Amino acid sequence: MNVQRWVVRVGVLLVLVALPRMIYPILAVDILTWGLFALAFDLVFGYAGLLSFGHAMFWGTSGYVTANVLLRTGLPVPVAILAGTIAALVLALPTGYLSIRSAGIYFSMITLAFAQMVDFIARQADRFTGGDNGLPGIPRPPLGPIQFDNPLHLYYFTLALAALGYLIAARATESPFGQALRAIRDNRVRAQSVGYNPRVQMLVAFVISAGLSGLAGGLHTVGHGVVSLDAVNWTTSGIVVMMTLLGGTGTLLGPLVGATLVLLLQDALAFSTSASGVVTGAVFALTVLFFRRGVVGTLLALDLRRRTGERLIGPAK
Amino acid sequence: MTLLFIQVFNGLVNGAFYALLSLGLAVIFGMLRIVNFAHGALYMLGAFTTYALGERFGLGFWTSLAIAPLAVGLFGMLLERTMIRRLYDLPASYNLLLTFGLTLVIQDGVRLIYGISGQPYAPPPQLAGATNLGFIVFPTFRLFAIGISVVVCSLTWFIIERTRVGAVIRACTENPTITRAFGIDVSLWVTAVFGFGSALAGLAGVLAAPIYSVDPLMGSELIITTFAVVVIGGLGSILGSVITGYAVGVLVAIGSALYPPIANTLIFILMALVLLLRPSGLFGLQEAR
Repeated sequence: MNVQRWVVRVGVLLVLVALPRMIYPILAVDILTWGLFALAFDLVFGYAGLLSFGHAMFWGTSGYVTANVLLRTGLPVPVAILAGTIAALVLALPTGYLSIRSAGIYFSMITLAFAQMVDFIARQADRFTGGDNGLPGIPRPPLGPIQFDNPLHLYYFTLALAALGYLIAARATESPFGQALRAIRDNRVRAQSVGYNPRVQMLVAFVISAGLSGLAGGLHTVGHGVVSLDAVNWTTSGIVVMMTLLGGTGTLLGPLVGATLVLLLQDALAFSTSASGVVTGAVFALTVLFFRRGVVGTLLALDLRRRTGERLIGPAK
Repeated sequence: MTLLFIQVFNGLVNGAFYALLSLGLAVIFGMLRIVNFAHGALYMLGAFTTYALGERFGLGFWTSLAIAPLAVGLFGMLLERTMIRRLYDLPASYNLLLTFGLTLVIQDGVRLIYGISGQPYAPPPQLAGATNLGFIVFPTFRLFAIGISVVVCSLTWFIIERTRVGAVIRACTENPTITRAFGIDVSLWVTAVFGFGSALAGLAGVLAAPIYSVDPLMGSELIITTFAVVVIGGLGSILGSVITGYAVGVLVAIGSALYPPIANTLIFILMALVLLLRPSGLFGLQEAR
């Protein structure tokens, strides 16, 4: 199992290394950043069982902080991204503390409302966010041999940090902490009775997830050289859910696969925002109705059936 | 002083919409335990139906007031029968996600047909102009909107809490199996209640057409604010959603008169405070944990 897992990982890495030769590099950067964002989201949704509808607040906050550091100071790109990530982590503490007091649909509503607060603040604080104009023309000073204005340099820099993010997420889910998280998701009372504190575990998961979302948001901002109000809009929170579910929740590679599919779809429909919205919305509704395991989840289920000759009982929750 | 009264009435106008929309959400949540993300899109459909009936068929406001909520209600029933129904056995999150997908389809579908610019819609001649209330002069149509909202909200509360129809609905929620044993077609009632909640959103849309401009995204911001109202009031509480709707409308209007930049954020600050002090909302049951 472990060998197989590493074979898959190395295979995916090879595809990602070759990716900017297959599609244009900025789309490839988008796949990495959105893939990492979706993976971060999945830590809370797939592993902790909480549907956050406000993850745009971490992605966007980090984007704005990264942009401001680059615009106002001469600090190098990685420092700016680190600052953005830290901002997302700091934001996650109060919002996470307050939202994990609720479960189920209440959790979704509350995270959504927090994200709206951030959205409204971003609209008001135009000295920091540029308001409706956003912050264009973010400088990306070269770092040693890395020229960020070269799309390939930018892509491989993003790949390195996204891979780091992936390893952190993989470590978190495979560790005893990840096991405890799943135990709480599946049976909160039982997990509590064997000595876990659900709230603490959930908060830690929420904060890690926010930090990785921040990392992704910072990378995305650097990748495009611009950040706008879209980054904190609720549709961004919705799209990341869509990507995760389509790819497969509770899996490590599903979010990346889902992000790739959604971005390629949007790219193919880029001639019309409205048409793209109708198609992605319909694909998402159909996924929720008929394909809840997602691509990777379905593959894993088939693989398990092949190896054990058993069918998994019932549809994925 | 006049300024204060005007702000209070402006707040009541916004509150009238918050109340109608959060009431629809509460009715649906109370029965089905799902949060209908598409509620804002249904509201927008109500406004667009009104606009299209006028534009294409020359039908006036009063005809639309009768037709549009009915049409939106039927559309809601169609969604419930064909899609939402399939997910009742799963965690409620899945219906939130489904209705989110449907929202994108509806919203961008309308945008494909009508474009993104807002369309103006004139109030009916009987309600044009302004009325002198003695202490202030206020646009007549807006007073009418407040009036309709109050009447409809009270009627809904009365039907659900005080009549036999309401008793059946509450029975379907509390114990569907036993209710079925009494010969009541629970699944039919579920569809009807979903249709009714949708019709409330459609009605809010008709009333909004002459006040706000009719555009495909009009529901997308409002639904988020409505969610905050619902969280403050307590999910599923009929009375809570209505009272909170009006209270929040007025509070925000007064707050924004005192310090304009806070206008839109105030509601979410209120929400955070309520969550901190009373996680299940002001009128909610303790099931939020």
